[in-house]
Amino acid sequence: MKIIKFLIIIFLYFSSFSSFSNEKYSELETKIHKNLRCIICQGQSIYDSQSDFAESMKLVVKQKLDSGMSEQEIYLFFKNQYGEWISYDPAFNTKTYFLWGLPVLIFLLGGAIILRKLAVLKN
Amino acid sequence: MKNRYFFIIIGLFFFFFIVLFEGLKNPNVYIPELQEEKNLSKFEAIDFYSNKKISSLEIFNDNKFYLINIWASWCLPCREEHDYLIKLKEQNLIRLIGINYKDDSENARKFLNEMGNPYSKILKDNNGTVSIQLAAYGVPETFIIDKNKKIIKKIIGPIDKKIYNEILLIIK
Repeated sequence: MKIIKFLIIIFLYFSSFSSFSNEKYSELETKIHKNLRCIICQGQSIYDSQSDFAESMKLVVKQKLDSGMSEQEIYLFFKNQYGEWISYDPAFNTKTYFLWGLPVLIFLLGGAIILRKLAVLKN
Repeated sequence: MKNRYFFIIIGLFFFFFIVLFEGLKNPNVYIPELQEEKNLSKFEAIDFYSNKKISSLEIFNDNKFYLINIWASWCLPCREEHDYLIKLKEQNLIRLIGINYKDDSENARKFLNEMGNPYSKILKDNNGTVSIQLAAYGVPETFIIDKNKKIIKKIIGPIDKKIYNEILLIIK
């Protein structure tokens, strides 16, 4: 009985791999899907979403790849069409300097505090 | 010394609290940039009647104003705006191109028979890809294209009296 249970678990474990693997799209397509926002579904990439709009966008990505466009060209195409919002990789500009700069600032501040503490401890 | 750190931390806390609290008020839904003029991107689509593939270059080849209207027979607001499209066609100042979005051809034909056909050309968009080439995101949606093939106006949702008058002002 134990062996049968064990075999069933093993079978389910391995079959889950095949059912979850994304055979419909190539690796590159999946990567692009994850980097593009589904603009009608809040907080989801087109990879996460199965809305009509996201499905259409996936088709456009495929068409663009087939027509010989590179990954970066596809992002650029969508940014030109829909604006910066569609990309999960926001460019560094006046609207986003706070977003990019803040982690660095916090890192430096934290580092400074630690260094000071160490200096105090040494003394 | 400790006091100073305390005030710095409290100060930073309030600073971030206010920044993030204000940020919460910003809409986090996609708002299309309606004001920006953009070049009409090149695309290909299937003609509604002949079922032949045509390029946008063949369609927008006259020195005229064009209106692209994305519609579907299942879309209720499309019925609301249809009379304005017919009126625009009657003005004879702008050429109307329809994009039939994810629709059943038979239903689309019935819709046109019932409501009238204002379009000089209709393209099929069975999978939504043509609309995405145009940076549309729903139905109905309308684009006004000037003689330089620039999208000068984008209307999301149905055309109403106010928008109809605005379009007339642009094309006259």
